[in-house]
Amino acid sequence: MEAALDVRPTSERLKQGDATETVALSVPDMVCGNCIRTVETALRNIDGVAAARANLSSRRVIITFKTPRVSVEDLVSALAKVGYKAGQLAEGSADEQAARRSDLLPRVGVAGFAAANIMLLSVSVWSGEASDMDPSVSSLFHWISALIALPAIAYVGQPFFRSAINALRGRRLNMDVPISLGITLACGMSLFQTIQGSEQVYFDAAAMLVFFLLIGRTLDEGMRARARGAAENLLSLKALSATVIEKDGFSRTVAARSLTPGMHIAIAAGERIAADGIITSGASDIDESLITGETVPRAVRVGDRVHAGTVNGGGPLQIDATATVDNTLLAEIGRLMLSAEQSRGKYVRLADRAAGFYAPAVHILGLSTFIGWMLIGSGWEPALTHAIAVLIITCPCALALAVPAVQVAAMSRLFNQGVIVKAADGLERLAEVDTVVFDKTGTLTLEEIRLADAANIDDETLLHAASLAVASRHPYAQAVVRAARDRGLKVESRDGIQEVPGSGLSIESNGHVERLGSALWVGNDSTSSGDASLWYRRDNGSPVGFRFADRLRSDASEIVSTLQNAGYGVELLSGDRTEAVARAAEATSINTWRAATRPDQKLARLNELKSLGRSTLMVGDGLNDAPALAAGHASLSPASAVEISQTAADAVFQGEKLWPVVQTLTIARAAQRMALQNFAIAVAYNTIFVPLAVTGHVTPLIAALAMSTSSILVTANAVRLRTMKLRLAPLRKSP
Amino acid sequence: MTSLAWLLPAALTLGFIGLVAFLWALRSGQFDDLEGAGWRALDDGEPRAHKPVPDGHRGD
Repeated sequence: MEAALDVRPTSERLKQGDATETVALSVPDMVCGNCIRTVETALRNIDGVAAARANLSSRRVIITFKTPRVSVEDLVSALAKVGYKAGQLAEGSADEQAARRSDLLPRVGVAGFAAANIMLLSVSVWSGEASDMDPSVSSLFHWISALIALPAIAYVGQPFFRSAINALRGRRLNMDVPISLGITLACGMSLFQTIQGSEQVYFDAAAMLVFFLLIGRTLDEGMRARARGAAENLLSLKALSATVIEKDGFSRTVAARSLTPGMHIAIAAGERIAADGIITSGASDIDESLITGETVPRAVRVGDRVHAGTVNGGGPLQIDATATVDNTLLAEIGRLMLSAEQSRGKYVRLADRAAGFYAPAVHILGLSTFIGWMLIGSGWEPALTHAIAVLIITCPCALALAVPAVQVAAMSRLFNQGVIVKAADGLERLAEVDTVVFDKTGTLTLEEIRLADAANIDDETLLHAASLAVASRHPYAQAVVRAARDRGLKVESRDGIQEVPGSGLSIESNGHVERLGSALWVGNDSTSSGDASLWYRRDNGSPVGFRFADRLRSDASEIVSTLQNAGYGVELLSGDRTEAVARAAEATSINTWRAATRPDQKLARLNELKSLGRSTLMVGDGLNDAPALAAGHASLSPASAVEISQTAADAVFQGEKLWPVVQTLTIARAAQRMALQNFAIAVAYNTIFVPLAVTGHVTPLIAALAMSTSSILVTANAVRLRTMKLRLAPLRKSP
Repeated sequence: MTSLAWLLPAALTLGFIGLVAFLWALRSGQFDDLEGAGWRALDDGEPRAHKPVPDGHRGD
């Protein structure tokens, strides 16, 4: 039917017929070799697919296909048929990541080659010094080292040089400034000494240094790319498609992101709404829990506005899409987020803070060594040699590896437990948290609601109600069915059930009329019946009320008490009604809670906590949490969260349990502790070797050994984090 | 001493061949999917009868 709409000239369409397109789909459930084959076979069997190649590491498939014949929706539905959920990735997300990886890895290879060969030559020279190597041979070896080292380091060191130049341009100091200076001086002086035929040649130290640093940087980059990829995969499953009804009455499926205002969209019951719009036909109940935190569905009819991301719980709807800019809710949230994010941008990372102290200290030390040797009258050449030796030995190899090595270990441990840390400085900020603010709906609770007073309802009534409810996709109806099934009742659908969206269900069989729905629908006009939201009535019998509550995550109260025992302040901020929030707060024993908070009120509360000197972790999933997530000192959101909230959060956790929140805080704090330990190792190393360098006792052998040992020590310490037993230690009380 | 004249170039050439091999493997995408590559080695390649051969065409 797409072809029927094509109004381009035939020649153009024919050319289009040969065009191929390549897309990347994420398939998160692909976990084994058989999955690769199933996915690839399913795709290749589609007529018009030229190639499909699955990547198990990134859980993605790259597909090349002929454009007009096959659409992305066809590919997704073909995968759905063989049991794999798939989603299209945002454009460019795959390429950018690949480009970064391929930039660093060849450099690691070249650095490894250079370091190995220079070491080979250096070891010969060192052992030659003990025996009787001819000076001309050692000079030859130095020249060959120079020939390998200089071009290799010029190529391999570029990431460090570039970053150092950028920092200097911005009038800042980062770790790459002393690194670049150390490498450049080591090479420059070694070249000079090689020409002079002397023994102070440091090519080996420089090459090893760059090699180790590059490995650290590649691992760091690789872990980040993996986390970013996984986060993108999660988001791609949120990408919605919509059924658009064309003017000629045909309908076609398009991706939500290609919807434009004015399009006419049909929404089936149970479907997530892909665009903001105004209802043109139909009536239904809209589940807005992801947007507002409110668990009770909102009844809507023609002329009402619906928001993207909400779920149509009742009958089929048709809407006219409206532009997102005129949507006050989204526009307001966007504005709030922008201002909230700016405040967080000022965070300075631990390594950069260390560099702020370290780099000036190193440069002053080098300078004073030079001046000192000049003052005792050694002449400028030895003075310069010793000063440069100080700069080489203090080159922050261990310091530059200290933080990345720990973060890679911490991130991969969290990754294996289903927590994806996306923000580069996320772990550091998580480690500083002392207050945790939870959202209720979807965060402390699951999105599903449950029947609250099932015990008061007898089996027969529940079974009858459930056999009606099974025909509906309304959240209440589904909760009734779940309750019946949990009790072991066999719920079967019956013929002849009528559903009136916004009202309820009814059936007439064997002369009996049964109704399930609102109080009005079953004809119950008494107001004394409490807060029941769903009613069941058989003929003229007395109506039975059903009450609902949202279901707490199974470990919610345990997690809250773990946090409270460790000294964290715990608060609850929800957009839901007061009674519902009070119930959840009581069940989890959270004393500080606020209900019916709007997004700007949540943001205000976080800013208030900040002004009290608290570092807040915001845990939330809804659109209404997004500004607060951006404003919190750190933020977490479940994988079920809306797109905008997942993007705003520092880390995303998967699974039904809330336990990852504690786990993330524990590991973040352990990582911080480890990073400080590593700094201590680096400082200890400097206190041993700097005096040697200042007094002019650093030989090339000592420089090479010292650099490698400190790097290996720091990395080995970080690796411990992968297997260490951890538990949430109590916070130190701040004054 | 003369042995150095050929030992050094030999060592450097061998190392260089290793480097070129690594860069070639990298560029041809052999490190793109380290998990999947292991599984693919076990795959026989023949798709399992997803397109049944029509009776009349058997043995052509």
